[in-house]
Amino acid sequence: MAREVPAGTADLVADLVAAIGADRVAAGGGARHLYARDSSIIEGGHSGPVCFPGSTDQVADCVRVAVAHGRDFVPRGAGTGLSGGAVPCNDPVVIATTRMNQIHEVDVERRIAWVGPGVVNLDLTRHLAGTGLHFAPDPSSQQASTIGGNLANNSGGPHCLAYGVTSAHVAAVEVVLSDASTVVLGEEVGDAVGYDLRGAFVGGEGTLGVATRIAVRLTPDPPVVMTLLLDFKSIVDAAEAVTGIIAAGIVPAALEIMDQKVVHAVEKFVSAGYPLDAGAVLIVELDGLPAGVAREVEIVKRVGADNGVGTVRVAADNAERELIWKGRKNAFGAIAHIAPRYYLHDTVVPRTRLAEVIEQVNAAAERHDLIVMNVFHAGDGNLHPLLMFDPREPGTLERVHAAGEEIVRIAIEAGGVLSGEHGIGLEKRRFMSLLFSPDDLAAQRALRDAFDPLGRANPLKVFPTGASCGDVAGLTEVPEGVWV
Amino acid sequence: MNSMEDFRAEVGSSGPVCVKGGGTRWSLGGEANTTARVVHAPDGIDSHDPAEMTVAVWAGTTLMTLAEVLAEKRQEVVLDGPPGSTVGGSLSVGWNSIRRQRIGTARDSLLQAECVGADGRIFKAGGPTVKNASGYELCRLLVGSLGTLALTGRVILRTRPLPECSLWLRGAMSPVEVERSCYRPSSILWDGSNSHVCLEGYGADVESEAEGLAEHGMVEVAGPPDLPPDRDRWSGDLPQGAVLDVATGVVHRHGSTVAPEVDPAVKAIARRLKTNFDPQGRLNPGRDPYQISA
Repeated sequence: MAREVPAGTADLVADLVAAIGADRVAAGGGARHLYARDSSIIEGGHSGPVCFPGSTDQVADCVRVAVAHGRDFVPRGAGTGLSGGAVPCNDPVVIATTRMNQIHEVDVERRIAWVGPGVVNLDLTRHLAGTGLHFAPDPSSQQASTIGGNLANNSGGPHCLAYGVTSAHVAAVEVVLSDASTVVLGEEVGDAVGYDLRGAFVGGEGTLGVATRIAVRLTPDPPVVMTLLLDFKSIVDAAEAVTGIIAAGIVPAALEIMDQKVVHAVEKFVSAGYPLDAGAVLIVELDGLPAGVAREVEIVKRVGADNGVGTVRVAADNAERELIWKGRKNAFGAIAHIAPRYYLHDTVVPRTRLAEVIEQVNAAAERHDLIVMNVFHAGDGNLHPLLMFDPREPGTLERVHAAGEEIVRIAIEAGGVLSGEHGIGLEKRRFMSLLFSPDDLAAQRALRDAFDPLGRANPLKVFPTGASCGDVAGLTEVPEGVWV
Repeated sequence: MNSMEDFRAEVGSSGPVCVKGGGTRWSLGGEANTTARVVHAPDGIDSHDPAEMTVAVWAGTTLMTLAEVLAEKRQEVVLDGPPGSTVGGSLSVGWNSIRRQRIGTARDSLLQAECVGADGRIFKAGGPTVKNASGYELCRLLVGSLGTLALTGRVILRTRPLPECSLWLRGAMSPVEVERSCYRPSSILWDGSNSHVCLEGYGADVESEAEGLAEHGMVEVAGPPDLPPDRDRWSGDLPQGAVLDVATGVVHRHGSTVAPEVDPAVKAIARRLKTNFDPQGRLNPGRDPYQISA
């Protein structure tokens, strides 16, 4: 429920309306309640007025008015984030960029497009159909998440294994800073001169400013694409195969693992013909020129055989390829019948240690009497264990929390990191000290403060702090339609 | 045995200090103030894990030494520089290889850096894994910073498989036509009258694309053209003897070049960064990454 409206809100709303128009400001309890959440498990955020600017100048107006009223501001894309990065704390002005969804310019020759931050990821690639180009970052949320949000989280996706995460595909970004000034970071040409402020901004989780226009690099469509589905007796065998494929000197476009529980759930949903008796399946996508792809198919088959592969299915055409991917990309929608709730984790471990880490993760879940399901970007060691549970069972939430923390510790002890693509947000800030020393964090703080000396851009995120905002412990509700 | 602790002790916590690698681009962005004490990062390769596609290496290691070790496992890193260049020097300059279209950028290759800050304390940026969204992207700032924010001692770099086959061709075909005729060539250069293209990958694919280019008069050559040492940006005009890197718009040329104008708002962020990281200006005084021309 919306809380009592803080003092001064009427004046704030009046100034926002005066600046950008009444049709671009939502200040009622309904809107503020709606925008208090993102797609993470975190609830308890408190939104101030929600703004829907249509231009860079209007974003600057929102920032200027917010700061003048002593409020923070929180940039927001489609709200598909999974770490609470867009959850508002302390009644800030929420700046939703969803109406800045214009594709401003596509330069096919130079392979650059300037887009608004509110452009939906998949819409850009659809827009590029027929040009022979596409936007490579493909988070599973790509049919809903915005490019501005992808930039804020430095999003990945299955194909970032070969093509790199969002940062590798952003040439420049126009940004509104917390002093309401506008600046372009990065350049379309040259190796950037000076500090790589563009690179520092990407992945900043909205704490460094608001992206208002983005120059993205476009990638040529590969001439040949082959998608293989391999099944293994166990997830450990599948993980060993992944290590073997990379060790063989090839970098597939994608390497994705789904364990047996996920395969069963997905098969009911998409009927893609996934093998139900397998302990795990591995999706391998190879692309490039024909001879190389053919060679790599043989290498993958050989490495599969070395690791006890059951069957190797090679998609015969685009339709079959899309069916295989449909199962993977909709895995999270498909598992709802297993338990009413799930908590999705995102950690990265050295890929050569995937097999042992998964065994440890599964053991941790078992110790806490929880069902765990694994569907993840195996090629870059990016784990996504899902803890399934029914919050109506007494004591369940405590077990979910305990298991979740163990998973984070297992990853870090294996030489891993806290997050591969979902970011820290509110969810993992308390774990930052597990990975970083006080001196490491001080250096990160020096970066953040250089962009936002006022501390008004999406504060209380990323860094560990005693200040409360949101409530991970609640876990009383899980958002619908979570992607990974 | 190298240690960050020894490097930290060498850097200390007071007085101007500059770090020198191979000294191959020592005057880039201005020479270090002569009053600054010169320090050297340790050298050596800690571990190369081919299946992980990473290498942990000390910043003072020469690129040639690193390349030799990686080549034993048929891998490479993206870093590039004149003979004698070191890992740390190449990172601090931040220039990309002419093969960046295949191997990526220096900035994308730095996964983790252990540094000594201006206060003489050790901090770590990034993380050891090939994918990481944990905290701020400090590594990006270090690459191309000419050592003005922190001094890097040890890094973890992303590695890549070496191509099975690598072929340079030269001919009068226009760069645009070359790009249209090939799938993601590693490099396309233009010297004002000829295109130079680097095809890399599996032998049969490279041969097939090379045959296609040969039909347009492109002929195989031993390697890329000599690249003049200075750099500038493409402005629609190629000076005599200069070579354009088509993908990036970087012009390799002889003669002094002028740093591009930088928006004061960008410089303001840069100044705050420098102040936050090095309030007394003790790290590599005299060198300014905004005085690099391209």
